Amino acid sequence: MTDTAIHARGLTKRFGTLVAVNAVTLDVPRACVYGFLGPNGSGKSTTIRMLCGLLTPTEGDIEVLGLHIPQQAEQLKRRIGYMTQKFSLFDDLSVRQNLEFLATVQGLSRQREKSRVAELLKRYHLDDRQEQLAGTLSGGQKQRLALAGATVHDPELLLLDEPTSAVDPESRRDFWEKLFELADTGTTILVSTHYMDEAERCHRLAILDRGNLVADGTPKELTGELEGRTFLVRANSPRAARDALADAPGVLSVAQIGNELRVLMRDNRATVDTLRSRLASAGLEGDTEAVSPSLEDVFVVATHQQQQREEQAA
Amino acid sequence: MNLRRLWAIMIKELRQLRRDRVTLAMIMGMPVLQLILFGYAINLNLRYLPAAVADQSQTAGSRAAVQDLLASEVIEQHATAQTPQQLIDLLRQGRISVGIAVPPDFERRKLDGREAIQVMVDGSDNVVQSAAGQLAQYPLNQPDDFHATTETPISVVSFYNPERRSAVNIVPGLIGVILTMTMVLFTAVAIVRETERGNMELLITTPVSRTELMIGKVLPYAGIGLIQTTLVLLLGAWLFQVPLRGSLWDVYMAASLLVLANLSLGLLISTRAKSQFQAMQMTFFVFLPSILLSGFMFPFAGMPTPAQWIAELLPLTHFIRLIRGIMLRGADLSDLWPDSLALLAFIAVMLTLSIRLFHKRLD
Ligand SMILES: Nc1ncnc2c1ncn2[C@@H]1O[C@H](COP(=O)(O)OP(=O)(O)OP(=O)(O)O)[C@@H](O)[C@H]1O
Ligand SMILES: [Mg+2]
Repeated sequence: MTDTAIHARGLTKRFGTLVAVNAVTLDVPRACVYGFLGPNGSGKSTTIRMLCGLLTPTEGDIEVLGLHIPQQAEQLKRRIGYMTQKFSLFDDLSVRQNLEFLATVQGLSRQREKSRVAELLKRYHLDDRQEQLAGTLSGGQKQRLALAGATVHDPELLLLDEPTSAVDPESRRDFWEKLFELADTGTTILVSTHYMDEAERCHRLAILDRGNLVADGTPKELTGELEGRTFLVRANSPRAARDALADAPGVLSVAQIGNELRVLMRDNRATVDTLRSRLASAGLEGDTEAVSPSLEDVFVVATHQQQQREEQAA
Repeated sequence: MNLRRLWAIMIKELRQLRRDRVTLAMIMGMPVLQLILFGYAINLNLRYLPAAVADQSQTAGSRAAVQDLLASEVIEQHATAQTPQQLIDLLRQGRISVGIAVPPDFERRKLDGREAIQVMVDGSDNVVQSAAGQLAQYPLNQPDDFHATTETPISVVSFYNPERRSAVNIVPGLIGVILTMTMVLFTAVAIVRETERGNMELLITTPVSRTELMIGKVLPYAGIGLIQTTLVLLLGAWLFQVPLRGSLWDVYMAASLLVLANLSLGLLISTRAKSQFQAMQMTFFVFLPSILLSGFMFPFAGMPTPAQWIAELLPLTHFIRLIRGIMLRGADLSDLWPDSLALLAFIAVMLTLSIRLFHKRLD
């Protein structure tokens, strides 16, 4: 048994002329929470579907839990849990009936099914809702039910496609607690998201942009590469300051957050003074300080580099 | 195939069905509604057409002739008239469909062998016109003995349905029509709905096999099909005295064959249809020729040869032959083996095709 749960090489999926996933290479270690960060349409769902054998890759090799996909997809299905982006349990069955159905279908014995369903209802705080129809649950309750359903057979690998998209921050935190509990027991979890704060919690993550994998590593590694390139500017007139800084040499991007500006430089040669003088020459005043880079910055840099690569290729 | 998994899918399907009020109502309502529609309203042998009589002769002979016509039950006296002109007015007003005019010289004309009675018909309704044609066949023109009503010039003798009641012919076929309509649609929609709602993406990532999934989804509907069959049989016997001359076992065997044929056709449709609406359209694409060509409404023998070829491909055609044979002529399934065999072949082909075409994949 290797330490890699998922191993994909040059994974490509084309829908007609559209390249949804482009030559993605990916290694997901076991017992790790691996994040898939990317905006809408970046190919997260398509990649996950190829990994569990639902879509046939146009090109590339996949090995999941030591099985070749899609050839051995049927064997894989007993060992993975998949939570679809859209709620896919049965709206017109009760919470309990949904879990019982999945337990039977996953091949649990009668006694095991009973105790397992009770256990899941308790763990995911659904015991007081067990007779309610799944379709009438709230967004957060649905996500918990879906996670319970995906884990009913204790899979080695969980693939979660944007599990928290319809959930409030409080429920999101709870949800992530559950994910780490599962990872602690040895489950590998691949989770896609477009929330930076969630990506930050992952052990490792990959950033996808328009089908390309533009960066991967631990959140620390990824942000570490940008050390010395991020600054915070507090100016009296943020809009004017923004315009002044945006096309200053060496500036990659300026984003306004409330009354503050977050400035991302092209390299780490710039200092606080560089920015200050730039503001002063535009007749503006402002407080400038160096801050530690965030994943948002990583994302901006990675997509920018990707754009340049594409322009060069063209 | 794992029986527990199969069972789980069937139970799930039945539970969902129990919550689906509309479908449940359709399952029970459709047989009842169609039976009443076809049994009572769509009466292919016309009876009791509203009529009026203007007897200007008023002899014993003319009254007897009129009585004979009324006794045929094709017409029923709704109004009275004195002159042929009044009959024409009544016809134009739409108050009667048939007018019977007996001229003053009725006896004379009869003796001369000329037309003694004039039947006026509302020709705007060709069904009425042909029904009234039957009246003209009554033996009034025979100069010698007009009481000899048995000597009809043209006699229509119907063997298995002596009173020529269409309900007797229609009810057995109706079992087939109802099963064709509901079974194909239910399975096709049941599977496409899961795809539409996204449930299918979940199902195909579980260890459920294609065969388990298909059979598990189809079997509950097979049970429903047999319940519908029972309902039509009971109502047919009770409301229309439809006889059952063959064995009940054979009736259910034939019905089961048709149910399975339709369910496997529904499965095939579900592998091609992208939405419930498409599934419905495809169902009607099959349903319409079934109704028209199967021999349910129009006699098979009267159809052009290409239409007959198409009809041979439709399960309903074979079922209609089976069920009429069993219920009305007292035949048994082995007498009708070519049609039983045709249905079995249809099932085998459709099932194989649909399991082949259904993939546990999204592309
Ligand atoms: N079956 C399909 N046929 C054609 N194009 C498709 C299909 N599935 C996905 N695509 C396209 O592939 C691209 C990637 O889609 P995908 O669903 O993987 O994105 P995503 O990262 O999951 O986005 P989101 O965050 O919105 O869920 C999109 O441009 C989408 O339109
Ligand atoms: Mg997606």
